[in-house]
Amino acid sequence: MLCDICSKKQATVHLTEMVDEQVAELHLCEDCAQEKGAQMEQHFNLADLLAGLVDLDAPSAAAEGAGAKCPSCGMTYNDFRKLGKFGCGNCYEAFKKNLAPLLRRIHGSTQHLGKVPARAEKAGKLRDELAELRAKLEKAIKLEQFEEAAKLRDKMRTLEKKGEK
Amino acid sequence: MKLDDLLHQTGEWLKCVGPNSEIVISSRMRLARNLKGVPFAHWSNKKESEKVFAMVKPAILESGLMKDALFLKIQDLSNIDKQFLLERHLVSRELITGSDSKAVAISPNEVISVMVNEEDHLRIQAMESGFNLKDAWEVINSLDDELSQKLDYAFSVDFGYLSACPTNTGTGLRASVMAHLPALVLTKQIEKVLHAISKIGLTARGFYGEGTEASGNFFQISNQVTLGLPELEVIDNLGRIIRQVIEHELSARQLLTSQQKELLHDRIWRSYGTLKSAYIITSKEAVELLSSVRLGVDLGMINGVDGKLLNELLVVIQPAHLQKLEAKALDAAQRDVKRADLIRQKLTSKD
Repeated sequence: MLCDICSKKQATVHLTEMVDEQVAELHLCEDCAQEKGAQMEQHFNLADLLAGLVDLDAPSAAAEGAGAKCPSCGMTYNDFRKLGKFGCGNCYEAFKKNLAPLLRRIHGSTQHLGKVPARAEKAGKLRDELAELRAKLEKAIKLEQFEEAAKLRDKMRTLEKKGEK
Repeated sequence: MKLDDLLHQTGEWLKCVGPNSEIVISSRMRLARNLKGVPFAHWSNKKESEKVFAMVKPAILESGLMKDALFLKIQDLSNIDKQFLLERHLVSRELITGSDSKAVAISPNEVISVMVNEEDHLRIQAMESGFNLKDAWEVINSLDDELSQKLDYAFSVDFGYLSACPTNTGTGLRASVMAHLPALVLTKQIEKVLHAISKIGLTARGFYGEGTEASGNFFQISNQVTLGLPELEVIDNLGRIIRQVIEHELSARQLLTSQQKELLHDRIWRSYGTLKSAYIITSKEAVELLSSVRLGVDLGMINGVDGKLLNELLVVIQPAHLQKLEAKALDAAQRDVKRADLIRQKLTSKD
């Protein structure tokens, strides 16, 4: 069987595609299949999916945050929507307003629980304190004590800022 | 250590030695990490990528876990060598499609690989044989601890490890197992299992990870959520589900042997026969037949062929491996011949 696209080489790849709700079978040679594969990837990628998720449930907040720009790397919120990827770590802070609904949709949560990087001894004590607060926070969230959780989180933020200085 | 040394060794994850290794081929962990104050790889310029490269290279190679590691710059590799590393699951497709300041460090037994300037500055991976999430986590966790003492990671109390894509934010951890589930496929229960898995925050993919179809009844099952759950909980959840999947697979195998014995025997022996006699075979057909033979070995029907050999075959019959073994470029038709030769030789020498 010859390739459906170039009609020159032997078809070795067999694809089933949905076109207008019709099942179409495609028999392609290796080269054409690779090209076709690349086209399909462009057709449908993660960035499109994420862009669809980004502002789904908070249109007003989205409008507010739409003009945001990261002061560190220059990425705008619109860039983020298009690419589905942040430009740098500081983008998280810059686009914070729009982030919660997105993260909730992806992960069902907006709060990290887990490892904290161990950077040198000077941060060691701070790390232990943070770990302790984190354990308390985890407990508070499990028990649905959200006021307590908010307080603990503020404490952790203050500590974190101290650590950065 | 040189890249070509890998060709004649068996990666740790293919050795078929861990718990439940008749069903679970391998267990894998991946951590996404970025450096503070430098744009993520896709958003950075050449100078910034070089800076990342210069900072992380010594940090990785100084680690005791990476003693005698192979360190490769992607731009120095031929296309076949790039594909070769992909076939061994040591790099991702994304890493080998760019070139600027991209690199990979590989531990001599191929348990650890660290990709540099992939989607994130660092993608750390640990892969063990069999159902062994615990060891894979211990290895990757200690390497990560070590690296985090030398490098300033981008991290926040709220969002955890900051990653380029929001789907990795938090722990940056993707834990996965590669499972061989032929009986669930034959008894048409696999759809139900995969559907149930997707309902509880896990996802199933093909042999080559993201964006690939499952072939030869091999499925890669991993967590999707990275934010809001501590690492050990994620790993524990995955482990519990995998244990159930293994139970289902085993009872489906039992069902097949008691109720469809002839059909099963026919399928297995025909597959074995074809692999031992074919002179031309595509990789798709070979992987499917190897899956059946593997089932035959697990059920005690075929003797003298071990899981390790079958695991190795899954990798060495891939295009770049065949071409490296032959030490020259081969087109698809030539590869189908070489592949059939290699399989015949490996399987008949066992008789």
